[in-house]
Amino acid sequence: MNIVIIGNGITGITTARNIRKLDSRASITVISEESDHFFSRTALMYIYMGHMKFEHTKPYEDWFWHKNRINLIRAYVKTLNSKDKILLLENGESIAYDKLIIASGSIPNKFGWPGEDLHGVQGLYSLGDLELMERNTQNISSAIIVGGGLIGIEMAEMLHCRNIEVKMLVRENLYWSNVLPKEEAQVIGKHISGHGIHLYFNTELKEIISDDQNHVAGVLTNTGEKFECQFVGLTAGVKPNISFLEQNELETDRGILVNEYFETSIPDIYAAGDCAQFRNPKPGDPAIEQLWYTGKMQAETLSRTICGYKTAYNRGIWFNSAKFFDLEYQTYGQVFPEISEQHNSFYWEHPDGKHAFRVNYNSTDGRILGFNFIGIRFRQIIAEEWIRDRKPIDFVIKNLKKGWFDPEFSKAFYNDISDSYFQNLKGRTDE
Amino acid sequence: MKDISLSIARPSAASPLQKAGAALTACAILCSIIATFGAGKSHPLPFFFLITGLFISGGIFYSIPYFKAQAGIKNDGIMQNSLNSRGAVAWGIAVLLTGFYIILYWFPYYLEGLIRIMDPLSFILRAKASDQWFLYGTFYTLAVLIMGMRFIAKYKFSRYHIIRTISVMFFQLGFAFLLPAFLLKLNQPEFYFSYFWPLKYSYLFPNDIDYLIQSGNLGVFMVFWGMVMTVIATPLLTYNFGKRWYCSWVCGCGALAETLGDPYRQNSDKSLKAWEIERWMVHSVLVFIVLTTALLWLNSWKSGTILGDASGLFSQWYGFLIGSVFSGVIGTGFYPIMGSRVWCRFGCPMAAILGLFQRFKSKFRITTNGGQCISCGNCSTYCEMGIDVRAYAQKGENIIRASCVGCGVCSSVCPRGVLKLENLEEEGRFIPYIRHENKV
Repeated sequence: MNIVIIGNGITGITTARNIRKLDSRASITVISEESDHFFSRTALMYIYMGHMKFEHTKPYEDWFWHKNRINLIRAYVKTLNSKDKILLLENGESIAYDKLIIASGSIPNKFGWPGEDLHGVQGLYSLGDLELMERNTQNISSAIIVGGGLIGIEMAEMLHCRNIEVKMLVRENLYWSNVLPKEEAQVIGKHISGHGIHLYFNTELKEIISDDQNHVAGVLTNTGEKFECQFVGLTAGVKPNISFLEQNELETDRGILVNEYFETSIPDIYAAGDCAQFRNPKPGDPAIEQLWYTGKMQAETLSRTICGYKTAYNRGIWFNSAKFFDLEYQTYGQVFPEISEQHNSFYWEHPDGKHAFRVNYNSTDGRILGFNFIGIRFRQIIAEEWIRDRKPIDFVIKNLKKGWFDPEFSKAFYNDISDSYFQNLKGRTDE
Repeated sequence: MKDISLSIARPSAASPLQKAGAALTACAILCSIIATFGAGKSHPLPFFFLITGLFISGGIFYSIPYFKAQAGIKNDGIMQNSLNSRGAVAWGIAVLLTGFYIILYWFPYYLEGLIRIMDPLSFILRAKASDQWFLYGTFYTLAVLIMGMRFIAKYKFSRYHIIRTISVMFFQLGFAFLLPAFLLKLNQPEFYFSYFWPLKYSYLFPNDIDYLIQSGNLGVFMVFWGMVMTVIATPLLTYNFGKRWYCSWVCGCGALAETLGDPYRQNSDKSLKAWEIERWMVHSVLVFIVLTTALLWLNSWKSGTILGDASGLFSQWYGFLIGSVFSGVIGTGFYPIMGSRVWCRFGCPMAAILGLFQRFKSKFRITTNGGQCISCGNCSTYCEMGIDVRAYAQKGENIIRASCVGCGVCSSVCPRGVLKLENLEEEGRFIPYIRHENKV
C-alpha cells in the first residue's frame, strides 16, 4: 500500500507514525513545503523569544524518519488528480498514491481589511510566518494585535519580550470571552494588562494605514481611534489551508468535508486535522477542530482506518490548555461562557487574582459537567473519570486533592475551595 | 539538507543593575589576578575583603532584577546569547575555568598570592594556614551561595526550587565547608559528612578507614556514618524519593551544577547517541571504582602479598583520571559547552548507583498529565541531564530515567503544566496514559 500524506504537522506526522506502527510494509511518504522535518508549531513563540532554537522544536531526531522508513519530501503540492491518483508538485514532479491523506493545516484569517496586505502586517501560523515576523519586527517600537485569542496572546508575549509596546484590539468586552466565562476572562485580562499589554475591548480593526513605502504606519479602529505602529499582527483565528484544491472536484466548504472516518467525497482520499470539516458534527461539537490535541487524536483514529481497522472518530471528553504569560489554564468537559438554565456553576477565585477554579453541574441532580482551572494544574485522568462517571458536585469538591497536580511544596487550594463551596451552600440553605 | 535557522534579533538588553553586577564581578576577577601576582601575599586581609566583597555584591546586583521582575520563566534570549548558547563568550569562560582547574590541581604554586589571602579566614576556621584546597573550597562555596541566590530569584515562584536551593546552599556551606574546617581546628580528621563512597571513594578504602578508626571515637563514628549512608540510607532514601534526595538537594557537585551551572543547563546533549555514551561511561566508572575498592581490600587483607602495588596503582589512576580530570577539570570547566551536569551524567559513580535504584526500585517518577503534551520541547531543552523528556511526555508516558536528578526545571518550564515530580506507589509507575476512547 502506497500512502501519501500532505502536510508534516502534528496530524500528518502522527498519522504516518501510527500507520508505520500498525503496518510495517506500507510505503509512507510525507510532503511538506514548510520544513524538512516535523517541528512543534506550538513552540514557534519560544524560538522568537530565544528560549529554544528551531532544532529544539523537532520532537524526533533527523535519523528517525529514515529508520522508520517514512519518506520526507519538501515540495508544494500544486494539483491533485484524483482520477489517476496522482499529485503534481510545483517542482514538476508527480507522485502516485493508493491512499491520500490531506493534513495541510491552516492559514491565518483575513477579513478583507483595507491595508491587510501591507508590509509589516501578518498572521502567525507557520515557520515562514515566524521568519517574516523576525524580519518585520527588527528595530520597531510599537505593535498592534488584532484579535484576542490564543495566537494573539502568544504574539503579544513575543513582542513584549523584545521591548516592543503592544496594543491588542479585542472585539468582545472581555478577553477571550467567546470561550471563557466572565470571571475567568477578567482574571486573564487583568494578568495580561499587568504585564504591560494594552487591551482595547469592544474594539475592531477598521483600516490599516500605510506609509509612503507601502509599510504599515498605524491602524484606525471602529471606535474612531487612531494608533501609530510599525507592525500589525492579525490573529483573528485561522482557516483551513485548502487553496491548492480549488481546481478539484473534492467537496469542500470552509474545510475539506469528511465523515466520522475522515473519508472525503472521493474514495481513498482522507482529510484530518485543521483542514478537515465534519459534515455532521455531534451537537455541541465544532465542525472544524483546530487544536494540537484534536489533530493528534484525529490522526490516531485515521491511521487505524487506513490500516484496515475502521474506526469512527470520538474525541471523548473535551480538554484544552493554554498559557497567558505566566498564567496557566486548563479546561475539562463542558464549560461554556454562558451558564445555561439547566446548569449551575461554582466559581472560586483566590484574592491574589492568579488562581481560579470553576465547576459546572446540573442544577437538578448536581452531577458535574466540566472544570476550568486557572493557575492550578489538575490531573486529566481524574477530571475525565469524574466527568465521564457524572460524579456529584459534593463528591468532587471533597476530593479535589486527588487530582491536584501542582508541583510539590506549592500552596494547595483545595481546602480553600471546599470551604468556600460549603459555606456558599450553607448560606443558600439558610436563606 | 539544512533547516532554516533564525537570525539573531535584538536580544533584550540587560538592565543597568545587571551590567553593574557583571562589572563588579569582573573587578573581583581582576583583583584576584592582582592578588595572585603577589599583592595577595603582602596584603592578604584587604584583598580578601575586596575580592569576596566584589563577588558577593556583584551577585546581588545581578540578581536584583530577577527579584523585582514578575514571576515566571526567565529564559528570554538564552538561545540568542553568546554567554548561554556556546558563543564566543562561553568558549572564553570554558577555557578560563578549565585553566583554573589545571593550575589548581597541578601547578598550585602559581596561585600562591591568592592562596595567601585566605590565610586569615583559614586561621579562624581551621587554625592553620590556607592551601590550594581551602582557596578552592572558599571560592566553590561562594559560587554556590551567590549563584544560589540568583537561582532562587529566577525561580521565586516555585517553592520546590526555593527549598531545594536553600538545601544545597546549606549543605555546601555547613557540611562541605565549615564543618570539615572546624574538625581540623579540633584536631579531628577533616571529614565531609555530605559525601559518601563511591563519590568520595576513599571513604571505603582500607587506608582511610584505618586512619579514621585510629583517630579516636569521632573517627569511628565517621566510619560508621560513611557505611550507614552508603549501604542503608542511600537505597532507602532513593527508594522513597528518587536520586534527587542527594543529587539536587545535598551533593556539593550538584550544588555547583544547580547554581553556577544553571545558565548552561540547556547545553546538555539530548541525542540518543549521547544517552548511549552516557550509559557506557557512567557504569564503567562505577565498575572501575568497585574493582579498585575490592582490590585495595584484598590487598590489605593479604598484606600486599598477591597484588603487590597493583591495587595502589589502580587507586592512583582512579584518583587522577576520575577524581581530578573528570570531576574537576572536565566536570566544571566544560559547563559552558556541555552543560552543567557533565560529571554527574557521564562520570559520577554515586549517580550511577542512585540511578540504578531510581530506575528499577523507587517510588519516584515524573508524571505526565494525560494527553496534554504539545511537544514544544522546553522540557528537553532545559533538562541538564540531557534527557529527552518530551519523548516520554508526548506519548503520555511517565519519565523514569536513571539519570534524572529531580531538579524539577522541566516541570517549571512546561507551558501546559504537564509534568509533576512525585513519589507515589511503586506499582503502576510505568503505565502510560491511554485515552478512554482508545482502550480496547
